[in-house]
Amino acid sequence: MRLLKLITLALSLVLPVAGAWADEEAVPIGDAERGAKVFNQCKGCHQVGAGAENRIGPHLNGVFGRHAGGLDGFAYSKGMQRAASDGMEWDLRRLDAYLENPRALVSGTRMSFRGLKNPADRDDVLAYLRGFSDSPQNIPEAAPTAQHREVDLPPDVLELVGDTAYGEYLSSECKTCHQQDGSDAGIPSITHWPEEDFVVAMHAYKQKLRPHPVMQMMAGRLSDEEIAALAAYFKDPD
Amino acid sequence: MRLNRRRFIGTGVAASATLAAPMVMGQARPRVIVVGGGAGGATAARYIAKDSQGAVDVTLVEPTRTYYTCFFSNLYIGGFRELGSIAHSYGTLASEYGVNVVHDWVVGVDRDAKTVALAGGGALPYDRLVLSPGIDFVDGAVPGWDVSAQNAMPHAYKGGSQTELLKAQIEAMPEGGTYVMVAPPNPFRCPPGPYERISMVAHKLKAENPTAKIIIADPKANFSKQGLFEEGWQKHYSGMITRIGPDFGGENVTVDPAAMTVDIDGEIVKADVCNVIPAQKAGRICEIAGITEGNWAPVDGHTMQSRVDENIHVLGDATNQGDMPKSGFSANSQAKVAATAVRAALTGSRAFPAKFSNTCWSLINAEDGVKVGATYEATDEKIVKVDGFISQTGEDADLRRATYQESLGWYSGITSDMFG
Ligand SMILES: Cc1cc2nc3c(=O)[nH]c(=O)nc-3n(C[C@H](O)[C@H](O)[C@H](O)COP(=O)(O)OP(=O)(O)OC[C@H]3O[C@@H](n4cnc5c(N)ncnc54)[C@H](O)[C@@H]3O)c2cc1C
Ligand code: HEC
Ligand code: HEC
Repeated sequence: MRLLKLITLALSLVLPVAGAWADEEAVPIGDAERGAKVFNQCKGCHQVGAGAENRIGPHLNGVFGRHAGGLDGFAYSKGMQRAASDGMEWDLRRLDAYLENPRALVSGTRMSFRGLKNPADRDDVLAYLRGFSDSPQNIPEAAPTAQHREVDLPPDVLELVGDTAYGEYLSSECKTCHQQDGSDAGIPSITHWPEEDFVVAMHAYKQKLRPHPVMQMMAGRLSDEEIAALAAYFKDPD
Repeated sequence: MRLNRRRFIGTGVAASATLAAPMVMGQARPRVIVVGGGAGGATAARYIAKDSQGAVDVTLVEPTRTYYTCFFSNLYIGGFRELGSIAHSYGTLASEYGVNVVHDWVVGVDRDAKTVALAGGGALPYDRLVLSPGIDFVDGAVPGWDVSAQNAMPHAYKGGSQTELLKAQIEAMPEGGTYVMVAPPNPFRCPPGPYERISMVAHKLKAENPTAKIIIADPKANFSKQGLFEEGWQKHYSGMITRIGPDFGGENVTVDPAAMTVDIDGEIVKADVCNVIPAQKAGRICEIAGITEGNWAPVDGHTMQSRVDENIHVLGDATNQGDMPKSGFSANSQAKVAATAVRAALTGSRAFPAKFSNTCWSLINAEDGVKVGATYEATDEKIVKVDGFISQTGEDADLRRATYQESLGWYSGITSDMFG
């Protein structure tokens, strides 16, 4: 596997005496061969490899390190354009989050794909896609430590029952920007969302997976309980 | 009685009604008077009325029938907004939320009797008083200028007619004329405000009077979003704007409104428009109420209660609270904390920990928006900053356009949060 070799090579240049150790640490993202099969689920919309073109979805050559929504000549959704203007780039963490639950990372994305719930499937398909990116060794997340998975929310976080009254108080802070009546000119609407989507989106900001400094800051100081309280309130704020 | 500093941490802790309720027992509905229908006052009135669902009698006293926001008034000067789009009235607060809106000035506060006196005569009793009167100017701050000179040399630092006047004066400038701004010392309302104004004036002059010059006499060494503004001025308005900081005598300024001259450290400048933004202090009613220390009214950030009188909450620009900038966003944020505290005290409703935030957008040129923001929390000593961010120099046009679009969303958001 080309990718694994590159990482191992880079490490052994820096740490020539720790060859064995470097081998252990250079964990591949996943099994690229298996990933080629997982990619069958994407093929209806995406092409990758020599001569790949935009179809229903954009081609995926060089997607690692690419600006989200970054191909000229592909008509991306408004949500993807927003992520793009916020400066989002496709690194391992974000690709993983997007493939797990496309809408949780990019609300209103046109990729109508349920998501890959099995982490091994995502690892493998990403290992496969990485083979089609120019210089994967230059992407910081190629470091072995990149295996850490950020979107994972423990089930108890998703199951927290929100305190609606507290959520209403907390929501007053949001309403300086997000309108109660759900208008979305300039700033998106956050009313009447399914609770789980809301919780995941807020955690994606909190963990800085979603770009946007205002929302990263707002979510950054909310506890799991507070996010649940907000989700419970905004589900039906009227 | 000591200041009421009950605080509740986390969720699910109900405020104990018994602590506060005796104050108003036996009386039909506790009364709240809100003085000033701006960013702080309108928000507080709306939230107290809305969330108490009629249990609290809310009266808002505000002299003007139409509130012109200062926020986006610079965009009006730059030609990006119509005046009508920054005008708001109090009809919905009255009809939808049951707020009694009284158009009058409050001219006195009797803290022992707990009444306020109206300019039109009569007194109104309160159980809690909320003061959000904004700013007034420090007398003698710019030698030669006082409010009687505000038609010759407008401040345009309170909304409405002053803003219109300044815009009309800019339009009447002779070709190649000179616009002078006398910038204020810290602390003042809207730290990026003067510099956003400079950007908007430059934008307008570049299109209508491109040989005109802009001079800023500034007593401050540094100002808000300085790097971003200076980058933008260089990029869009190269050669038009000269800023004279304190190192070149920018703090040593006198004006002569009759002659339309400005003396900057001994050098006399003939101005076609002179925009004097003097040093500021809390709206005069705070001083009259006897709750100021120095120029501002000190408050406890947990509840926004005056440190001098626990029955009075002070909001917005008039306060000395700690780290928050004086902005409409801050005043709106503080109003919600105060509203929760007022209801908890008067009706025993749940109280929650104070959380604050602020974001200030500025427009540098068409679709070239930048922002700065932070979150805050209350400590016993003051309101302290928790976390913050600021736009970066060199951002691409897409991001700047998105930032501007966001500011439009925020304007609709905050004004519907204030006025319903
Ligand atoms: C040019 C400019 C640009 C700005 N841009 C922004 C921005 O982009 N974002 C932002 O967040 N902030 C901005 N601000 C700041 C913002 O306007 C103020 O911080 C905000 O209005 C403060 O709210 P407040 O409630 O303290 O006072 P105000 O909104 O000024 O309200 C005070 C009200 O009290 C009334 N009043 C005063 N005395 C009495 C009395 N004795 N009796 C009865 N009523 C009384 C007044 O008539 C007034 O309506 C800007 C300000 C300026 C000048
Ligand atoms: C039903 C069609 C469809 C399927 C199936 C699908 N995608 Fe997509 N994909 C899209 C569309 C459409 C977009 C553009 C999204 C937008 O504009 O919001 C997209 C965008 C993407 C992007 C972002 C590309 C960019 O340029 O920003 C990635 C990465 C991606 N898809 C990967 C995958 C992978 C991997 C799979 C399979 C596991 C997959 N997609 C399955 C339609 C699909
Ligand atoms: C200062 C203005 C501001 C405040 C205050 C604010 N937001 Fe946001 N919010 C935004 C902006 C701007 C976006 C779009 C961000 C982006 O591009 O990802 C956004 C996006 C969101 C989204 C994702 C929407 C989508 O369609 O993807 C959610 C959910 C959200 N905010 C929730 C909240 C909550 C909850 C609060 C209060 C705790 C809050 N926001 C406070 C400005 C704000």
